[in-house]
Amino acid sequence: MSSTPLISLRGVHKRFPGVYALKDVDFEVRAGEVHALVGENGAGKSTLIKIIAGAYALDGGDYLVEGVAAQIESPSESIAKGVVVVYQELELVPSLSVAENIFFGRLPERFGRVQWRRLYAESAALLAQVGLEVDPQTKAGYLGIAAQHLVEIARALSHKAKLIVMDEPTSALSPQEIARLLKLIGALKERGVGIVYVSHKLDEVLQIADRITVLRDGGCVACKEAAGLDEQSLVSLMVGRALGANFTERKAKLGAPALEVEKLSSAAVNDISFVVRAGEIVGFSGLMGAGRTELARALMGVDRRLAGQVRVGGTLLPASSPVTSRRLGMGLVPEDRRESGIFPRRSVSDNASIAALENLSTLGRIRHKAEREQVGKWVERLAVRTPNIEQEIAKLSGGNQQKVLLARWLLVENIKVLIVDEPTRGIDVGAKAEIYSLLNELAEGGLALVVMSSEMTEILGLCDCIHVLRAGRLTASYTRGEATAENLLKSALPVSSASLYKKDGENYDVVDGQK
Amino acid sequence: MKPFVTRLLRNEQAGLLLALVLLCIVISLLSPVFFTALNIKNVLRDASLVAIAGIGMVMVILLGEIDLSVGSTQAVAGIVAVAALNSSESVVLALVAALACGASIGLINGLLITKAKINSLIATLGTMAILRGGGMVGTQAVSIQGKVDSFIDIGTGYIGPVPIPVLIVFILFALFYYGLHHMTFGRYIYAIGGNVEAARLSGLSVDRTKILVFVIAGMLAALSAFILASRLNSGQPNAGLGFELQVIAAVILGGISLTGGIGTLGGAFIGILILTVLSNGLVLLNVSSFYHDIARGLVIILAVYLDTRRKESLLRRMLGSGT
Repeated sequence: MSSTPLISLRGVHKRFPGVYALKDVDFEVRAGEVHALVGENGAGKSTLIKIIAGAYALDGGDYLVEGVAAQIESPSESIAKGVVVVYQELELVPSLSVAENIFFGRLPERFGRVQWRRLYAESAALLAQVGLEVDPQTKAGYLGIAAQHLVEIARALSHKAKLIVMDEPTSALSPQEIARLLKLIGALKERGVGIVYVSHKLDEVLQIADRITVLRDGGCVACKEAAGLDEQSLVSLMVGRALGANFTERKAKLGAPALEVEKLSSAAVNDISFVVRAGEIVGFSGLMGAGRTELARALMGVDRRLAGQVRVGGTLLPASSPVTSRRLGMGLVPEDRRESGIFPRRSVSDNASIAALENLSTLGRIRHKAEREQVGKWVERLAVRTPNIEQEIAKLSGGNQQKVLLARWLLVENIKVLIVDEPTRGIDVGAKAEIYSLLNELAEGGLALVVMSSEMTEILGLCDCIHVLRAGRLTASYTRGEATAENLLKSALPVSSASLYKKDGENYDVVDGQK
Repeated sequence: MKPFVTRLLRNEQAGLLLALVLLCIVISLLSPVFFTALNIKNVLRDASLVAIAGIGMVMVILLGEIDLSVGSTQAVAGIVAVAALNSSESVVLALVAALACGASIGLINGLLITKAKINSLIATLGTMAILRGGGMVGTQAVSIQGKVDSFIDIGTGYIGPVPIPVLIVFILFALFYYGLHHMTFGRYIYAIGGNVEAARLSGLSVDRTKILVFVIAGMLAALSAFILASRLNSGQPNAGLGFELQVIAAVILGGISLTGGIGTLGGAFIGILILTVLSNGLVLLNVSSFYHDIARGLVIILAVYLDTRRKESLLRRMLGSGT
């Protein structure tokens, strides 16, 4: 084992418009080492992985592979240097055979003809190494998620990988499959392969890792030997930050229940019950994929509700009708502004008035004057920075687009309940504070707000009551006084396979329910 | 002066108008007949069929969908119109029958696309074939002659100096221009075509709007069928062959983007006029009709090329604005 690290990143910086994703991060992996990477959502893990993979360029700092400046500009260049990433979303082509997937783009050939026999033999050898017993000619689409994961690892090995990055490799696996994967990682380690292991499952991380690096808000807060750490200390490293001064104290004057949800289930969420009163801000916290966005969609009726009841102002909503939800006074500001929020080619005015047009028209004819007045009023009140309301919305900054989307629902005369999914995603710090004080004002004005957020500071600072989701279910609820970052994170983290074995069958399903 | 010129060049509609004017100038230099009152009437009357069905197509494409069945609708609705005319001897009932036929076709298209969730290209490709075949079966592939004399007045008559079909186009244009720009209906169409997911999340009735637009498009195609049948005084099972492509090419040339949500009725009408003037010019210049198809084909390709270019520049603009 050489003393030079396999890869080493020194003082790495990465900026995106409005977001400083990585600040002065150091990270290195030695041969035969499992180096785990943990952190909350948005801490910078994905960005770091993509830099290692060569998918993002550095804005500052050095990236060395085996002591030499890497000069990696694309994923294919990093693969050529033996650095391979196995992403959480698998990248296999389902209609091709396992062997073709392993050697995708590099099929052994002679005189332009594929040497099928050699392909299958070499694939079989690689599959044996990862302990997957399937015929290399099987179509990849027929395999389960776990097996597909192993095929990806076999593909990494076929590249003579010296370093394999695994992004949440166990999130979709059963306990038995996880045990097998961990064994495989042990075997790879013995052969001198370096592993970067990214996971939310802290006990797994503690079990398998040699060293653990904790990221928080784009910075590296710790890089320690796993032996000296436990779950408690990891959690406090992950969240241990002072809450920002972004938040103003708000005296909640709670009114009548505006939104009542009883045993709501959809394809993605299960058995959710809660109440939001007028003037209250209720938050939903949880890890990526815990079901926050899906819950928002089910509430609005965009995704069909399979069971349970949702009442707005006491009136029962039909199972799947966003139109009725809007008419009864419920609105949704979605997570992905560009994909599902704005109408990019339309004006600020058209974007703001679209949900309220029924109020702003007579027999289908738009009252342009009333529309201009209403839009103008809210654009002014929310301080949307735009030259005029006829400006194309795509030309506004993210923060201003978000304000227009809020205005879209505030224009609706009878708005009672507003669901805001990730209120400040992709918004710079200044605009964030504005959005926060705006949401506070709206609640003071008697609106019931539901905030879905992956940002701890945000949810702790804004909400009167916080529910935590895990794998589509409610796992805990805290009032403003009880909620701490540690509490929220603990309720959000998956109960891991290891502790699962110790429990009896009854909790099994809850945990494995994460599909 | 300078900003005015650049603004003119940037404005897609102005560019189209310029192309139309240039085309007219070139043709009138080559053929003295072009700028006569009679020929202009002919051009407008020729354009009217495409224009009437084109209004429907504009709305369908603005929604981000497509309707390939308008050509077959022209055949079937024409046959229905003449059959109704002959059995009832009433022109009004013939019109009502044709419109009802078009509305039902549109309703079926709309339901296939929204409720059965079949891609509109496939769904209307299917109804196109079914209707064409149905028209052939229903008539034994023989055209039906109209037996009421006043029937042909609609397609060939004039009110003052204006051909009746052209008058109908003017009225419909005014009506639908108002609908698209001053009514909630038009806003919803642009919103759904611009971002269907955002429209759904904003609580718009996406399916209802789509079905309504397909019904209207079917009725407009049927109206064009009625006028064509009146002009020919017959319902013909092979009427409107390739008509759908003529309509689609014209409105795309006029700046209605296939991605949905982009373009205006005015632009589409200029596109329709360009194609009509082009084929009129080729007739006046005694170019063999085989070349007309080639010219139209080239213009279709040009139209799609321009559409792609527009999309690219849109992409650049969106990336350039940065978020």
